[in-house]
Amino acid sequence: MISFAQTLFYLFSAIIIFAALRVVTVRNPIHAALYLVLTFFTTAALWILLEAEFLAITLVLVYVGAVMVLFLFVIMMLDIDLAVMREGFVRSLPVAGLVALVMLAIMVMVVGPQHFGMALYPAVTPHAADYSNTRELGRLLYTVYLYPFEIAAVILLVAIVAAIALTLRQRKDSRYQQVELQVAVERNDRLRIVSMPAEEPRP
Amino acid sequence: MIELSDYLTVAAILFSISMAGIFINRKNLIILLMCIELMLLAVNINFIAFSHFLGNADGQIFVFFILTVAAAEAAIGLALLVVLFRHRQTINVATLDELRG
Repeated sequence: MISFAQTLFYLFSAIIIFAALRVVTVRNPIHAALYLVLTFFTTAALWILLEAEFLAITLVLVYVGAVMVLFLFVIMMLDIDLAVMREGFVRSLPVAGLVALVMLAIMVMVVGPQHFGMALYPAVTPHAADYSNTRELGRLLYTVYLYPFEIAAVILLVAIVAAIALTLRQRKDSRYQQVELQVAVERNDRLRIVSMPAEEPRP
Repeated sequence: MIELSDYLTVAAILFSISMAGIFINRKNLIILLMCIELMLLAVNINFIAFSHFLGNADGQIFVFFILTVAAAEAAIGLALLVVLFRHRQTINVATLDELRG
């Protein structure tokens, strides 16, 4: 008998794997980005099954909302030659498949049911209805992990500065106000006194 | 019931797919960045699954930091990509051989 949660798990897992396969095989980078959005979204659903509600919502907001939109912006800004990009796709496919399958076999041997099955890691009872995942994470984050949290903030700041500094460029054809020249101006630069008679002589 | 090994297997499959993606999309830098994001996602699934089954929220804190670093990495990576495109008019990895490495 398959429970409702199990049905959801298998459905979400199938969608995740299908979308990930499409990300790496699809021709158009925009389609790849959209399939990546689908992967992130379904993974967020999987995380809600694991009672990590705060991180699931964070994944949707930060990843789908910000990072993937950034990806789409960059893809649309760049003019990519798709034919050149696909060179060597078929040639490296057997090697890639072989490496992936061997890696998968090794990892499944490690994480298989004999090591991480129900006997060793029994199912946990769900939290009570008034349990708040966000409060629990916040309590940990602002006490035990306060210092790493501040370092994470600095990393984000460095990322902002680096991204802006890398992409900023001076345009040759734009005009700027030159304040130092404006301040250094003297009276004689702007004013010319002409001596002339006060009245026109009568004819 | 869903076992811990089920979640770990899904994460392993996701990791293998993104590994294969890095092999077969060697020319396209954007797809390479997306594959790296997929790898980080697989690692995050592992962290959250262990956090759930061990009843310890520390794993979720790690995912929080991984998400932070991944967002920073994506921003800087895409900025580098834009600068590269401005200089070379292409993002083909095969043409980036000026260092003769």
